[in-house]
Amino acid sequence: MSRKISMKTAINEALDLEMRRDPTVIVMGEDIVGGTGANGEDDAWGGVLGVTKGLYAKHGDRLMDTPLSESAYIGAAVGAAACGLRPVAELMFMDFMGVCFDQIFNQAAKFRYMFGGKAQTPVVIRGMVGAGFRAAAQHSQMLTPLFTHIPGLKVVCPSNAYDAKGLLIQSIRDNDPVIFCEHKNLYGLECDVPAESYAIPFGEANILRDGDDVTIVSYGLTVHRALEAATALAKDRIEAEVIDLRTLSPIDWDTIIESVERTGRLVVVDEAHPRCNLATDIAAFVGQNAFGALKAGAQMVTGPHTPVPFSPSLEDLYVPSAEAIAAAARRTLSPTGSRSRGIAA
Amino acid sequence: MSNERIKPIVMPKWGLSMSEGKVTGWLKRPGDHVALGDDLLEVETDKITNVVEAGETGVLRRVLGENDTIYPVKALIAVLADPDVSDDEIDAFIAGFALPAADADADAADAAPRYLFAETAAGTIRYATRGEGGPAVLLVHGFGGDLDNWLFSIDALAESATVYALDLPGHGQSTKSVADPSLSGLSAAVLAFMDHVGLAKAHFIGHSMGGAVSMRTALDAPDRVASLSLIASAGLGREIDHGYIQGFVGATSRRDLKPVLETLFADRGLVSRSLIDDLLKYKRLDGVEDALKAISSAMFADGAQSSVLTDLIAAAKTPILVVWGEEDRVIPAAHANALGDAARVAVIPNAGHMVQMEASGKVNALLKDHIGKAA
Repeated sequence: MSRKISMKTAINEALDLEMRRDPTVIVMGEDIVGGTGANGEDDAWGGVLGVTKGLYAKHGDRLMDTPLSESAYIGAAVGAAACGLRPVAELMFMDFMGVCFDQIFNQAAKFRYMFGGKAQTPVVIRGMVGAGFRAAAQHSQMLTPLFTHIPGLKVVCPSNAYDAKGLLIQSIRDNDPVIFCEHKNLYGLECDVPAESYAIPFGEANILRDGDDVTIVSYGLTVHRALEAATALAKDRIEAEVIDLRTLSPIDWDTIIESVERTGRLVVVDEAHPRCNLATDIAAFVGQNAFGALKAGAQMVTGPHTPVPFSPSLEDLYVPSAEAIAAAARRTLSPTGSRSRGIAA
Repeated sequence: MSNERIKPIVMPKWGLSMSEGKVTGWLKRPGDHVALGDDLLEVETDKITNVVEAGETGVLRRVLGENDTIYPVKALIAVLADPDVSDDEIDAFIAGFALPAADADADAADAAPRYLFAETAAGTIRYATRGEGGPAVLLVHGFGGDLDNWLFSIDALAESATVYALDLPGHGQSTKSVADPSLSGLSAAVLAFMDHVGLAKAHFIGHSMGGAVSMRTALDAPDRVASLSLIASAGLGREIDHGYIQGFVGATSRRDLKPVLETLFADRGLVSRSLIDDLLKYKRLDGVEDALKAISSAMFADGAQSSVLTDLIAAAKTPILVVWGEEDRVIPAAHANALGDAARVAVIPNAGHMVQMEASGKVNALLKDHIGKAA
């Protein structure tokens, strides 16, 4: 049975369903139960924005509030995964990843490889990403390119409630470490979500809009900006195909290449900083593998090479806008398109 | 509105969720004579593109629906009238045409749930019901389908019947636990549903595997089945495209599923992104893969249909209509003649296995006529 729920509720439901299905699933993190010493009843925090609210009442000690020490509890989650549990550890803000770099990059991501396949690490690390929440430079970054760079990690970034539920269930069932990136400005967005369990396979992008003139590839919040841009472009009879990557590692190259081979034009939108991100990665891959299909240089629309500003007016300019995406699409359709420099949004 | 010589052509409502549609091309021009069943125009929704057929005869006097423009359901998009009706009368008709109780209708549609759920002996069954009075009609979809396979039929049939459409166990949004994946098991679930909603007897319309389920029900509980309409039905011969069944069960991605679904239609272009997405959403649900495997091995083991009911059903007293798409690539259209004189048979050109979607106007007319005669 399907009903409209928010992405926040969908994530809560995925955790609940998997904890019911599989007794080895545990959930840990800062303030995910009660917060500030509360006992975890329904009125307690359930995480800084309430994503895990109510789960303690259903699953008790399989959820634990951890000390404010990311290196300790992420390390514990990785160790528990290697020993047979399926921990879901919440990092609150992904920006805190720096504190527990070693546990993720050097331990979790390497075990399967270094132990010749004899160890597996089915851990999920959840956390908030993205700007637009007035949370300043240390709580607003889109760090997805850092994780995507590392072999051995799977990286997921849903754009809506339906995908969030199915991808989180797949993340928990997956036998490798998964970095699950939740854009905080999408938590309230509702869509139709089945009440039942379902898993969305990794490495399959979603086509949200069909078009033959230009391909717009994105993920997370900017998928919605890309759709707005596509609506604006359609008024000028420019039909954009909008691809939502859903998972960044593994990535669905086939869908991107097939689309560009048809449209001949590519715009990649990434909220991350402009250097060495998903936009540069995808533009380079298409340049190498579908150069003959391109009618213009690929355009990249990204955040600028600055920390995320705390000033609300500047922060609003930080995230790629629908106007910037539409303008980039128009550049691919103009004769001088390939010569323009579209580094900043 | 009272002028019976002027007939409005409005944006149709296809299925339970359609609220608007886009005119993508007219197949008749102003001044053309239009006969009942003629193709008038093409309309695209977020789910599917299909042809609107004329429900009346007359001259196409005005075309109001412009190409590539979106209109709400029931909006006036053309006017059909006899040649001797004056232009002034037509202008007056257009000026006086209001979206027929659009607001009231929309409110009613929102207030009444699109889908209902019945807790039956066979588990949770999702269903929809349309229309009031007249004979009871029950729509039974095929393998891997759901009640939305009837989106072009349910409202048309509801004009003169009380129509129920259900999701079989393992399908749509019904229970995914299929206790007995055989024809008898699915038939028992249909009977449990009828008991739940208080249907003593119904005219069964079954598509593909749903046709075989309907025949099984007519044999096991003849007093519950008033007539049978079998559309591209299973159970009338051994042959079936096993590649389709295996492909449908095995496909997990859009790329794998698209060519499989194209097998279902004579016009492959009807397989839209939205159609594929809806099926993938269904196939991803926990339990669906197991249910489909259980049903397909019970019904279609070894590349052929396990149950052929031809002799039994031909001997039964139930009035039978058989409808097939001439270009069916899943079950051969030759099976349409398996019942000989025991059934009325219509084989429709330029349509595939999903003939009730590809030629909905013709199929709906046949169904209404058959039910009318059997009632």
